Amino acid sequence: MHDIIRVTGLTKRFNELTAVNDLSFSVKEGDVYGFLGQNGAGKSTTIRMLLTLIAPTSGEIELFGKKLSGNKNEILSQIGAVIEKPDVYKYLSAYENLKLFAKLSDKKISHQQLMDQLEMVGLAHRAKDKVRTFSQGMKQRLGIAIALVHKPKLIILDEPTNGLDPQGIADIRNLILHLSRERNKTILVSSHLLSEIEQVATRMIIIDKGRKLVEGSVAELFDPAQTLIELDTFNNVEAKQKISNSNWAASLQSSRNELVVMKLDKKDIPQLHRFLIDNNIDVLSLQPRHSLEDYFLQVTSGNQHVEAFTN
Amino acid sequence: MWKLLQIELFKIYRRPRTYIAFGAITAMIGIIQLGLKVDGKEYMEFVMADLSSSFQFEGNLLNGYFVCFVLLNLLLVHVPLLISLIAADMISGEANMGTLRLLLTKPISRTEFILAKFFAAAIYTLTLLIWLAVLALFVSMAVFGTDDMFVMKNYYAVQISADDVFWRYVGAFGFAALAMTTVAALGFFLSLFAENSIGPIVATISVIIVTTVLSTMSVPIFNAIKPYLFTTHMVTWKEFFDEKVDAENNVIKGTIENPDRIITSVIVLSIHIVVFVGASIWIFKKKDVLS
Amino acid sequence: MKTLFRLSLIILTACSLHLKAFSQDMMPLLKKVKEKLDKVNDYTASGTMKTDVAFIKAPIGKVTVYYKKPNKFKLKKDGGISVLPKGGVTVTMNNILNEKDFVAISAGKQMVGSFMTTVVKLVPTSETSDVVLSTLYIDETDNVIRKAQTTTKENGTYEIEMSYGKYLSYGLPSKMTFSFNTKDYKMPKGVTLEFGEDDKAKKEAAKAKKGKVEITYTSYTINKGVDDSVFSK
Repeated sequence: MHDIIRVTGLTKRFNELTAVNDLSFSVKEGDVYGFLGQNGAGKSTTIRMLLTLIAPTSGEIELFGKKLSGNKNEILSQIGAVIEKPDVYKYLSAYENLKLFAKLSDKKISHQQLMDQLEMVGLAHRAKDKVRTFSQGMKQRLGIAIALVHKPKLIILDEPTNGLDPQGIADIRNLILHLSRERNKTILVSSHLLSEIEQVATRMIIIDKGRKLVEGSVAELFDPAQTLIELDTFNNVEAKQKISNSNWAASLQSSRNELVVMKLDKKDIPQLHRFLIDNNIDVLSLQPRHSLEDYFLQVTSGNQHVEAFTN
Repeated sequence: MWKLLQIELFKIYRRPRTYIAFGAITAMIGIIQLGLKVDGKEYMEFVMADLSSSFQFEGNLLNGYFVCFVLLNLLLVHVPLLISLIAADMISGEANMGTLRLLLTKPISRTEFILAKFFAAAIYTLTLLIWLAVLALFVSMAVFGTDDMFVMKNYYAVQISADDVFWRYVGAFGFAALAMTTVAALGFFLSLFAENSIGPIVATISVIIVTTVLSTMSVPIFNAIKPYLFTTHMVTWKEFFDEKVDAENNVIKGTIENPDRIITSVIVLSIHIVVFVGASIWIFKKKDVLS
Repeated sequence: MKTLFRLSLIILTACSLHLKAFSQDMMPLLKKVKEKLDKVNDYTASGTMKTDVAFIKAPIGKVTVYYKKPNKFKLKKDGGISVLPKGGVTVTMNNILNEKDFVAISAGKQMVGSFMTTVVKLVPTSETSDVVLSTLYIDETDNVIRKAQTTTKENGTYEIEMSYGKYLSYGLPSKMTFSFNTKDYKMPKGVTLEFGEDDKAKKEAAKAKKGKVEITYTSYTINKGVDDSVFSK
């Protein structure tokens, strides 16, 4: 399966702040790709760069095998997106909003198709009502209808469950699964909640402070036999160098701040220990993380939202 | 482009805010017309006071043409405020609502997007002026009748034959449309820089007030910059109501005393529009949408 | 316009009413002028009117003038607004007509255009009169007034020049030029809302100067009767 999204060395700086830092990842056709990170980790900035809302400082974005810069309209016509809050024109009706955005996609969309789309998100009976009168959940569903109406191949959902009640969250989850399984869409969904992602995603990435922490298939990342290890040494750069030149290279994940992060079988920890000593790497600490969730909470606990613990 | 323009116009004319300006113009004109209908004599005595000491007038001085001239004098200063209400909201309003990011994830070029939005604002401006013309000119003609038009200028008065007036109004309204489009372009440009509409609206109005003050103050240090201020040129529509005279001091029908002033103003205003819209495109193409 | 007609009429009327006041040698001349004018009981005339005031740009207008003995006048503009000099009406009506006493003085001869005229000065003897002096320039060949001048205390000097054509036999002019003084014209910028640079020439033109109103008659309909209703406003 070929890559729908391929991002290489993507960096975005706003004055002093580096929002996205040398980020690389790829999304394959048919993936439900979870984009995980705490608020401010750089998820939205990355997604906005994918959608041409923000211009990257450096790095490359390819979508559908084509460079985003130079093929903007061709690429965007195959994407449907809900970015954060689903904001639409409050003084227009649901139908008028949908029709307006449908017109902007380069496809001809009939009245029946518009109504079908509203039917699908359960808004057909409110088609003529002004959006002003809608609840947050209804607006979200309208936003999704707008994202789907031109039958895009790739759907990008940025924090789609923000501000929704549990029923709304469940609806979104079911919708993602439906789109993926029944309609063979490729979906990129971002969230700051691991629990949300692990239920729907096939592959995922965790980013923090604009950098990639881990990336892989959900099955692999959630493998109970595998453990994430955080290693702190006197010289992490040198340690990382030595590890990557050894048999342990495959276990090396990435580095977060100064730490070296590795993923390996629990039973291999003592062996790793020995390797470090043999290679004169002075270990300050070696901490196993028992699960991805544990790890995620740990790395993001510094300024994590209380929400993270309530779901 | 045409599709985008249609969508923008659809949005403008579905918004309640759009009709505030139409309502305000209707109310202002209605009030002034009522006042002139009831107490027009006193008003004319005041306006003609200087001439009445040497002359007496016979005929319908307070006719529709004259009333329209009074209305334009009073209103064209305020119409920019109404135009900025919509124009300065064109981008900032979408940013504020959150719809801007959704629009820009659609396969449309940012240049076309800006142009469509600007043209929509310009068309709104035009419809506002057409509405103004209907009320100020046609309704006044119906209510006050028509006759020769007396225009009082600083140092002389011009009497324009009744059959020589109408085309001047066509020109004046056309010119006013250009002047107001300049205001729209300014408001539109400023609307790029904010994510709420209040800021750009207030900024647009402030710019107009400050430049109008500079344009109207007869202070030598400001005189050098006056020719470059668009507000100086916004009042040039009055030049349509001045006629050339022959050697015998008889007016030559169908002439304009200073057509060069109109041409200069049209050029200056057009340059302003091109610069504002051009700058809007240039900035918007590079702008990160963070709203 | 009424003004200038009344002024002219009044001067003529004054001549006829108060002949006794004139010195003996002026009598026959004034009488001859009056006799000529007496041939006209009424007339309707059409012509064009032009206002020539430095600070007013006005178009040439078509006018119709009605007259009926002894002193009824009406000027109607055929569409449009007429701008007429003010002041003469009251001055002449009240001050010349009601003044019973004049001293008529012969003031020699003078050319008016290419015509030799006899100059007659009429000085009111009443001290309350607004008119200080009226001067008539009478063409003895045709027995018509070529020019008349009135100086008032309030409104300065008015002057009427008349030229004659085919209605000379009735003493009716083919063209009348009424000259008068104007006050300074100035509108505050706050009223006109014009804030451009001041035009020096235009500013100069606004200063007090002589203004003129010219009426050129194209045709008269004489002694065919004029309905009184046209004179009532």
